Amino acid sequence: MSTQTPAQQRAGRRGFGKWFASTGWRHLIGVALCIYAAFPLLYVLSASLNPNGTLLSSNGLFTQLGLQSYIDLFRNEQRPFAAWFGNTLFIGLTTAAASVFLGALAAYSFSRMRFTGRRFGLVSLLVVQIFPQLLAVVAIFILLTSLGDVYPALGIDNQIALIMVYLGGALGVNTYLMYGFFNTIPVEIDEAAKIDGAGHARIFFTMILRLVAPILAVVGLLSFISSTSDFVIASVVLVSPENQTLAVGLYSYVSEEFTSNWSVFAAGAVLAALPVMALFLFLQKYIVGGLTAGAGK
Amino acid sequence: MSLTHQKPPRSGDTAQAGALSPAAQRLATAASTSTGLILAKIAMIGIVDATAIFALFTAIGREAWAIAAVVAVITLVINVVYFKRGWLPAKYLLPGTIFLLIFQVFVIGYTGYIAFTNYGSGHNSDKDDAVTALLQSNQSRVPDSPGFPVTVLDDGGKLSLLVERDGVQLAGTAEQPLEPITADELAGFTQLSFADLLGRQQEVTTLAVPMSDDPSQGSLRTSDGRTAYQYTSNLVYDEAAGTMTDSTTSVVYRDTGVGAFTAPDGTQLMPGWSINVGFENFSKAFNDSSIRTALGSVTVWTFAFALLSVATTFFLGLFLALVFNDLRMKGRRIYRVISILPYAFPAFLGGLVWAGMLNKDFGFVNQVIFGGAPIPWLTDPWLAKFSVLWVNLWLGFPYMFLVCTGALQSIPDELAEAAKIDGAKPLQVFRLIKLPLLLVSVAPLLISSFAFNFNNFNVIYMLTEGGPRLEGAGLNVGSTDILISMVYKVAFVGSQRDYGLASAFSIIIFVLVSIIAVISFKQTKALEELN
Repeated sequence: MSTQTPAQQRAGRRGFGKWFASTGWRHLIGVALCIYAAFPLLYVLSASLNPNGTLLSSNGLFTQLGLQSYIDLFRNEQRPFAAWFGNTLFIGLTTAAASVFLGALAAYSFSRMRFTGRRFGLVSLLVVQIFPQLLAVVAIFILLTSLGDVYPALGIDNQIALIMVYLGGALGVNTYLMYGFFNTIPVEIDEAAKIDGAGHARIFFTMILRLVAPILAVVGLLSFISSTSDFVIASVVLVSPENQTLAVGLYSYVSEEFTSNWSVFAAGAVLAALPVMALFLFLQKYIVGGLTAGAGK
Repeated sequence: MSLTHQKPPRSGDTAQAGALSPAAQRLATAASTSTGLILAKIAMIGIVDATAIFALFTAIGREAWAIAAVVAVITLVINVVYFKRGWLPAKYLLPGTIFLLIFQVFVIGYTGYIAFTNYGSGHNSDKDDAVTALLQSNQSRVPDSPGFPVTVLDDGGKLSLLVERDGVQLAGTAEQPLEPITADELAGFTQLSFADLLGRQQEVTTLAVPMSDDPSQGSLRTSDGRTAYQYTSNLVYDEAAGTMTDSTTSVVYRDTGVGAFTAPDGTQLMPGWSINVGFENFSKAFNDSSIRTALGSVTVWTFAFALLSVATTFFLGLFLALVFNDLRMKGRRIYRVISILPYAFPAFLGGLVWAGMLNKDFGFVNQVIFGGAPIPWLTDPWLAKFSVLWVNLWLGFPYMFLVCTGALQSIPDELAEAAKIDGAKPLQVFRLIKLPLLLVSVAPLLISSFAFNFNNFNVIYMLTEGGPRLEGAGLNVGSTDILISMVYKVAFVGSQRDYGLASAFSIIIFVLVSIIAVISFKQTKALEELN
């Protein structure tokens, strides 16, 4: 404003003052907010583009640009990033699909059928949710160790075993979320279909599942995010590097060679975060409502 | 828990239901024609039963009776439920319930059982396994025993020893005791050349092939791949008396009920075995002062961390929601999208990235923002606590921002207008009208956010690994450890793993969580009555 004439300055100041009092200060907070929110992300991005960067040399933001770290990331044989990525996708997608299916089956019966033990079932699902699986990680480890002695496919260091453990936690979390949504679908639709001769399976698979698609997407995404970001159970179950997930693998990257490998780790972090962030921003509107129902991250 | 986004079905959704994909149509036809349905059902259950029978035989073959019984019961229940007419709800509930019962309900109960044992490093299996392991590990060459000429064989990467005794060819591996072998079987092995022997020297010299099923017979070992000697244990197990005697020192180790053979002077032979120790783990947690102090400070910090995390994220989120809830403001969408980014960023990565930025010697914060000052963000007990909260605020405020924005927008404008007409000032409108209404809809989410942060392992562990270590604690526990990370560290980090004690901690957490749940349940009820 210093280059303006005094008259302009007065007018500008009045205009500016008024603007600042109404919405301008909000922009000031907005800019501060954006720096707080986005800076660490820009920092990782810049660190990942800094070839052979250490923790110290990553402090010069975007001073060096190169993709060498990304190449190194995929060439490291002790830390198979591509395998981690594939494992994470496999475990996340399978868990998400299966828990959506199991949850939808249960929610359908709770929402549409009246039977003895229904109330008990709903209450127990609420109570079970209070005790997260995480706390029983020791018991899960020992259970899988003894299961693995008999069935190697269900033992320690096996991804199927891990998925089954995740599915054990699925019903408690998802059924309630889905149950509420199923209840908003008018029962008249079911009844009309029944009169037309449709059986329960046909009603469920071809009608109800389509009508509740939004909640299926939300539950699927939540379960994908929670299973891919789990560290506790995954680190205990998956032992050998080629079987691990991104959360376990990238942690080992940092815990073993913290400062020297920083740019390679950053490259891994960028690649690991991108799909989740893209999905999140793409489905933003869609999931915000669902997230408020689920809480937590 | 209630859904905040319940909405009536839109007509568009119903219309979509009419247009079925071919796969769905096939499924529908199969499901509605009774023969198709029955066939599909029989096929599915056939697969389940076949798998189950295979699993059952495997379990019986390995003498895993408990597992066999569980498999049998589950299979039986599946068959009854799906073949019986009616019982429709059970048909829908069964698949999820099986997983729930095994991997959530059972493991919680099992945690309770483990809490009463000394399961952990050195106490991993039963007494028989411990005896075998002891006899195998403390071996030395039988004095003046003859050498056997041996050949080292390779069978798909696994080494075995071939020896001729009394004109019979015998072979065995580390797991498989020596037994006669035919020429046909022998053809399947490859003999290790001299170069191979040198290359796999480590493997060859550590190979110990048991002489027979009886561990006291000792084993056959070779140091050069040509001559092997019989090695027997220095320990002699007296099965009748249940004692282990060291033949070199003639010290007698007895089973004194602590899960390991113990000498009169208290030395124990490791490995031991797991036994029931009653309330010892719990009494350790509450009576051993070094563990009690650690448990106490971790519990206090867990509550403080969870409460402060909810409070900081909620107030920042609410503040931002109020700031950006002004329709005159331009660019609100951009601010909102950028501020959501940390929420979309995976939490475990957030912790790791911030750990780098807050590094004392090389991190961005110290080097660039504080001009190279060595501020111990992650290694000073109080600063580490602050850093953990700071990073969790970064990860968590967008969620509260979204929630509060939604809640604010759902409050009808008429209420604020009516209050304004009645002469209320803006602050009063907020404090007396908007805030109570907002709290009613947000309170359940604050409670579940508290529950989430109570077990927010990732942020803590990725940022500080729970450190810096608590001084004077009898456990590997740090000053930013919360209860769940303490359980994890006691059970799985370091060389001394104590599953029993970790499970006892889990049970203590279960009790704490139940108490909170009961209180919070009453609290939400009270809040709902406000409305």
